[in-house]
Amino acid sequence: MSDDAIARPAAVAGRRRPRLRRDGRAAAFFAAPSMIGLTVFTLFPIVLSLVMAFFQWPAVGERTFTGLENFTTLFTDPVFRRALLNTLLFVVLYLPLNLIVSVGLAVWMGPRIKGRKALRVVFFLPVVTPMVANAIVWRMIYQPNGLIDGSLYAATGTHAPNFLGEPGWAMFAVVAMSVWQGFGYNMLVFSAALDAIPRHLLEAAQIDGAGPWRQFFRIMLPMISPALFFASTMTLITSFQVFTQPFLMTGGGPGMDTETLMMFVFDKGFSIYQYGLASAGAWILFVLILGVTAVQFVGQRRWVTYDV
Amino acid sequence: MSDHAVRRIRLVISHVALYLVAAAFLTPLVYMLATSLKPADEVFQSPPSLFGSLVRWENYSETFEFLPFGKFVLNGLAVAICGTIVVLVASAMSAYAFSRLRWRGRDGFFLVFLATLMIPQEVLVVPMFMLMKWFGWVDSFQALIFPWAFTAFGTFMLRQFFLTVPEEISEGARIDGAGSVRIFTSIMLPLIRPALAVLAVFTFINYWNSFMWPLIIINTVDEKATVPLGLSLFVGQQGTQWNLIMAASVISMAPTAAILILLQKHLIRGIATSGLGGR
Repeated sequence: MSDDAIARPAAVAGRRRPRLRRDGRAAAFFAAPSMIGLTVFTLFPIVLSLVMAFFQWPAVGERTFTGLENFTTLFTDPVFRRALLNTLLFVVLYLPLNLIVSVGLAVWMGPRIKGRKALRVVFFLPVVTPMVANAIVWRMIYQPNGLIDGSLYAATGTHAPNFLGEPGWAMFAVVAMSVWQGFGYNMLVFSAALDAIPRHLLEAAQIDGAGPWRQFFRIMLPMISPALFFASTMTLITSFQVFTQPFLMTGGGPGMDTETLMMFVFDKGFSIYQYGLASAGAWILFVLILGVTAVQFVGQRRWVTYDV
Repeated sequence: MSDHAVRRIRLVISHVALYLVAAAFLTPLVYMLATSLKPADEVFQSPPSLFGSLVRWENYSETFEFLPFGKFVLNGLAVAICGTIVVLVASAMSAYAFSRLRWRGRDGFFLVFLATLMIPQEVLVVPMFMLMKWFGWVDSFQALIFPWAFTAFGTFMLRQFFLTVPEEISEGARIDGAGSVRIFTSIMLPLIRPALAVLAVFTFINYWNSFMWPLIIINTVDEKATVPLGLSLFVGQQGTQWNLIMAASVISMAPTAAILILLQKHLIRGIATSGLGGR
């Protein structure tokens, strides 16, 4: 803004220059809190975590540059590899289930359903309540003598599996709880998208003899495909970071069956204080998310319709 | 039967089935509520029942004696309210700078803002912890409030709303001699009040529910824990008292559930228009 200080003929300056100068100063004032905050609390940590990933960085003692050693250590660590696979398994199970349930219910709760507004609030409730409380309730539901086991035993005399303690069950139990907790958000997004479909489109299809399935696949699904793209991308990103549900319900067990990448990072960083290793793990997680998101963005051209 | 009658019956069945699904969906929350009012020895009674032999409201007062849960609630409220204020002030100010002020480098800086939206918070917890160590902020309320208050999301969202305000309104005030600060506080802010409200509510909910970061940064848990962290401690206690845990869970859910029910119209519209709060 240095040129603003140069004196100009009044006729020229009178109209534009003083306004620009005032905006510059005002902008510095208005943007400062966010800019400073973002620099200190986001940009700097990003750089720092990249640096840390290439160091052996213990909580106390010497920090040494080790190049790619953290990454090679991770990829040869069976626990890390297991956590990576578990996270992928969680995403592969969670994402489609979440989308199917949320699209299904959004379609079901069409304009002819009475009380749909109240139902939306009901399905959205666990999204806004603390994840910790949700996870604890489900732990009680799943455990031996809990709601499922207790009801089954009272009804049939046989016990349910120990959902959180038996290999083969734990991950599915975590996924089921997560779908229950999370789909309400996407359901709202899809409900809004469905409500925005012009009524005459569906009516015309009905008059032409299209059944409900045909209407769904030929009209509704293409019409909500931008919302589907948005929701699936957001859900994908957050599901890769799954932490609280397994942390509180299974502690990563039984064995390592539900140990996720984020739990691994947490453990390396804040239980054994290997900050370098934890940062490298976090970057692998981030690159994974970035890669999958990029694939989503490239793939969208094939299935997302932005206008009709 | 006529076509019309068949369709009516179908609609009725559809309603009944949907309400049953909703009831099943609510079972965990009902179970939580029911357990929170039972005597300790009836929690795992077989067969499971909705009501115990008596309704034990004392569970709720005992929750506050079992752990310093009252302190956790106050901590949680204080952190969430302060955090929400910081987020609103910073986001509204920069959103104004990025939408209605003219300055060099504006669009470039805005791109940087947008790019940071790509970085998941979870990736930053380790360096953020280092930063807190250097600041001397480990185990402090500042550490719960500030680190995650400057994400670009609020700026991005409010900027969208500022852009919908007709330029003539702010320019007219400028010609009448109002400065940028005046225009911001007495014209622009009141015009985007609904957007501010939605951002405030979601920010509050995020702060209130936050678990991993408090778990990392708070050491003197009895003094400084927020509700989710405090709640997770109950589970670790010897001889887990599930009726008290469930009472504490109900308390932890009360503020956000109340906000949702009271402000449902605004929140749902907020999600539909801006994709807010995607957790």
